[in-house]
Amino acid sequence: MSNNPARSVHHVIARLPGVLIDLFPGAPRRVELPASTVKEMIDGLDALWPGMRDRMCDSRPAIRRHMNVFVDGEKATLETGLAPGTEVFILTAISGG
Amino acid sequence: MPEKILVLIGTKKGAFIAESDGKRGSWKLRGPFCEHWPMNHVVGDPETGAIYGAGGNEWFGPAVWKSDDLGQTWTHSSEGLAYAAGDEPIKAVWSLAKRNGSLYAGVQPAGLFRSDDGGATWSHIEGLQHHPSRKDWNPGGAGLILHSIVTHPADEEQIWVGISSAGVFYTWDGGKTWEPRNRGTRADFLPEGQNYPEFGQCVHCLVMAPGKPDRLYQQNHCGMYRSDDGGKNWQSIEKGLPSTFGFPAATHPRDPDTLFLLPLNGDSAGRYVPDAKAAVWKTEDAGATWLDERKGLPQENCYAGVLRQAMATDSLEPAGVYFGTSGGSLFASANEGENWSEIAQHLPTILSVETMVVE
Repeated sequence: MSNNPARSVHHVIARLPGVLIDLFPGAPRRVELPASTVKEMIDGLDALWPGMRDRMCDSRPAIRRHMNVFVDGEKATLETGLAPGTEVFILTAISGG
Repeated sequence: MPEKILVLIGTKKGAFIAESDGKRGSWKLRGPFCEHWPMNHVVGDPETGAIYGAGGNEWFGPAVWKSDDLGQTWTHSSEGLAYAAGDEPIKAVWSLAKRNGSLYAGVQPAGLFRSDDGGATWSHIEGLQHHPSRKDWNPGGAGLILHSIVTHPADEEQIWVGISSAGVFYTWDGGKTWEPRNRGTRADFLPEGQNYPEFGQCVHCLVMAPGKPDRLYQQNHCGMYRSDDGGKNWQSIEKGLPSTFGFPAATHPRDPDTLFLLPLNGDSAGRYVPDAKAAVWKTEDAGATWLDERKGLPQENCYAGVLRQAMATDSLEPAGVYFGTSGGSLFASANEGENWSEIAQHLPTILSVETMVVE
């Protein structure tokens, strides 16, 4: 939720990756929730599924190095603003071995 | 006879559990657990039956996993398992130690955390970060990891930790203040004449002798050592071993003079078992003499290594000894190392082996 009462908060759509869902049984792949920035969206997800923020963000704080958050086709940061109805895609990097 | 014995296995791709009855003759493997995360250390708490796993995932960061039903279901948490904003974030949890109601976690980059609610939430034992040497700690090959946590059986204020390659550090006040305890251990990789620094030694594994809290053993990058004064002074006990290099050390459950090692051929010689023949080396006189135990172990073309947390004993009589290899084989002896058999194979790289007896 926004800490700034002057800022309007609207709903956005978070699209979560399957490997993240696997860590939070019961969470859906598509979540509609109020947020006006990526940070607020992740805070909202963490309120719904405690611990989810830690899986997506480190303590710097920043989005984890091997996680990608895309807004309108662009790689986003925690500060990226979200327009009403924006679909936010959270993806894991292609890595492993 | 116990109902069953569990061998808890941390691997590069999840946790596994090998299970047997008290005879330890046949084994059944379960897993992988923990969503295929790299699990650096999986330990059991015989008091509660809980199993804890220390992990770190490239996507999702560090967490401690927990199972209250012997591995059937798992939860995970990293609440409080974090350094201050702006500092280098924690990459992975590397080691766990349970002492009465407290669970300790060692992390990368090196630090120590404590949970008093069974791993649900964590608090940072910050004193270690305030040691004057902290700025000069340099990571070893696996990173700047706090891999060994040794608690005192009677005094919760005393803790020893092993950090590679910073050395052994000791606190007597629950973690507020720390001092290095490395006197007598070598750092062969430093320039000639500077091989015995106050800190900076590459400790690979630190363990405490049962029933004798002043006695510690450590396998170091540069030698094998025993201390009989809580780590203030260390004596080399590497004479009679095939190498000064290795990773794990495992104490006997009851005899403080008995120790098991798995020496490797050297830090720049491949880091596999000497002459490609696997053997566990055992002392029954606190390191004065060593005996190689190899019946049932591969004696040709064995190019496996064994990592720092990948060997353990159980608490049965006679003691069982277990080790897991970089090639994913798990070997077990039900008679203190005399005879061996392979009880699991083709696992991912084995990072840790621990045991838990379930009554």
